[in-house]
Amino acid sequence: MTKIADYISKNARQNVVEAIKRANDNSEYHALLSLTEERALERADAVDRGEITGRLAGVPFVVKDNFLAFGAPTTAASRMLEGFKAPLQATAVEKLEAEGAICIGKANLDAFAHGGSTENSAFGPTLNAYDKTKVAGGSSGGSAVVTALDIVPFALGSDTGGSIRQPASFNGVVGVKPTYGTVSRYGVVAMASSTDTIGVFTTDAYDAELIMDIMAGKDDKDMTTLPDFFKPTAAKSGLKIGLITETMTDDVDLEVQQATLAYVERLKSAGHTVTEVTLPIVQYALAMYYIIVPAEVSSNLARYDGIRYGHRAEGVANLAELYGKSRDEGFVTENKRRIMIGSYVLSSGFFDAYYLQAQKARTLLVNEFNKLFADYDVLIGPTTPTPAFGLGENTADPIKMYLADIMTVPASLAGLPAISVPAGKSAAGLPIGVQLVGQRRSDAMLLALAQSVEEA
Amino acid sequence: MTQISRDDVLHLAQLSSLALSDQEIDNLRIDIGNILGYVNQLSELDTTGIEPTYQVTDLENVWREDKIDDYGLGRDDLLALAPESKDGQIKVPKVL
Repeated sequence: MTKIADYISKNARQNVVEAIKRANDNSEYHALLSLTEERALERADAVDRGEITGRLAGVPFVVKDNFLAFGAPTTAASRMLEGFKAPLQATAVEKLEAEGAICIGKANLDAFAHGGSTENSAFGPTLNAYDKTKVAGGSSGGSAVVTALDIVPFALGSDTGGSIRQPASFNGVVGVKPTYGTVSRYGVVAMASSTDTIGVFTTDAYDAELIMDIMAGKDDKDMTTLPDFFKPTAAKSGLKIGLITETMTDDVDLEVQQATLAYVERLKSAGHTVTEVTLPIVQYALAMYYIIVPAEVSSNLARYDGIRYGHRAEGVANLAELYGKSRDEGFVTENKRRIMIGSYVLSSGFFDAYYLQAQKARTLLVNEFNKLFADYDVLIGPTTPTPAFGLGENTADPIKMYLADIMTVPASLAGLPAISVPAGKSAAGLPIGVQLVGQRRSDAMLLALAQSVEEA
Repeated sequence: MTQISRDDVLHLAQLSSLALSDQEIDNLRIDIGNILGYVNQLSELDTTGIEPTYQVTDLENVWREDKIDDYGLGRDDLLALAPESKDGQIKVPKVL
């Protein structure tokens, strides 16, 4: 029985009360920024009275705090949105609630989802579920940790360049970044609109499939959503799988390589063929990402002006000062770095050399992926070059922090579905994840493949 | 790394509507220089004749009827989010 199925069979109020107790008992991890206890209990009672039914009746869950949801503020882990009371709920949350799921709290993240360790949260970092001296990963660190600690059976995250997959890998859980456009982003704080996706953390690939099936689908409130395509499917046999050699170089931790090869053996035992393939352009993917994403960030975060909502600075003499001070006080350093890099690469004189060149390079990346997918069904490699790093280890050097995303950004830039699945632990007991990448719209096939390996 | 001057940082801060402290200016000058130095490696790639990829949905012109929809949000709901409001309007300091 999967974890979600187990919850459905039990009393909803008891599910919620116990989940909130586990959340409080584990508060030292700082995985949650708020609890939505009052609203959760009301909804649980409605489920128990039979007023709310569905495929997730009485199942508690957590959302990353960049999803607008009722019952607690939506802060995006920033001073800018501290105390912000959402006037609406994200489509993804609405769809889960319509099936009877109950949100019990909001998870910590890097402020505005900018980061790979949750150390950029304005309210302090989340600690790794397996070692409190290590980072949770990010930006969806809190969501990964509440899932790993079994506080709830699933948690929502957003993934722009690895923000679900990387923390899933660091905390030993399944993390799904779907095909771009699978799940509506309406009601989720925008970061980089050409790669932002909504996905989920679970303990196994069956529960992930159920949640994706519920969340996926076209939404008139998000014009980038694709026509409905997600459909749970049985595992295919005899798949052709490519192991990306560029992700298995000497720069990659030896234990991570070994865990990846062990997972490859499991795929082979299941009757799939695994061949080494090359994707030379991936060495440039991180450079593309750190031009394109800051450019979109600078545009998306222009809306935080201290006027209509969010933080407004005190004691300012005029409007220009109000903008400047409100934004300086409301954003963390990483937000400012990205906004300013974005302003730089979009400014006249630099636009062609940076932004346009990156978007052309992105075409080369998409082409290389397409070429491989002409011959292979799935690509595999480690999710991250190392297991979780230490708290504070990379905070002084933004580039070192960015390098933790080197394996995950390529699929984001190409809009491909990619999932991180647990693949063992290091000698020090830290989880290691491998990443399965498929063609657009092959999300259900990837999950079925992961399920077949879990069972073997 | 790419050399970024203090004036460059101030210009970027102005473009970005950010009033930075002196300490932040010095730190950001170094960080931005390093990041630009890293992303500069893209200049090695030959992209002659390659079209840029701005989006990856394959969707074109998603139309809808030109009908007003308030998405269930009223004027009061939105005004309640403003840091300061008066007489049904958002209040701001003097513009000039």
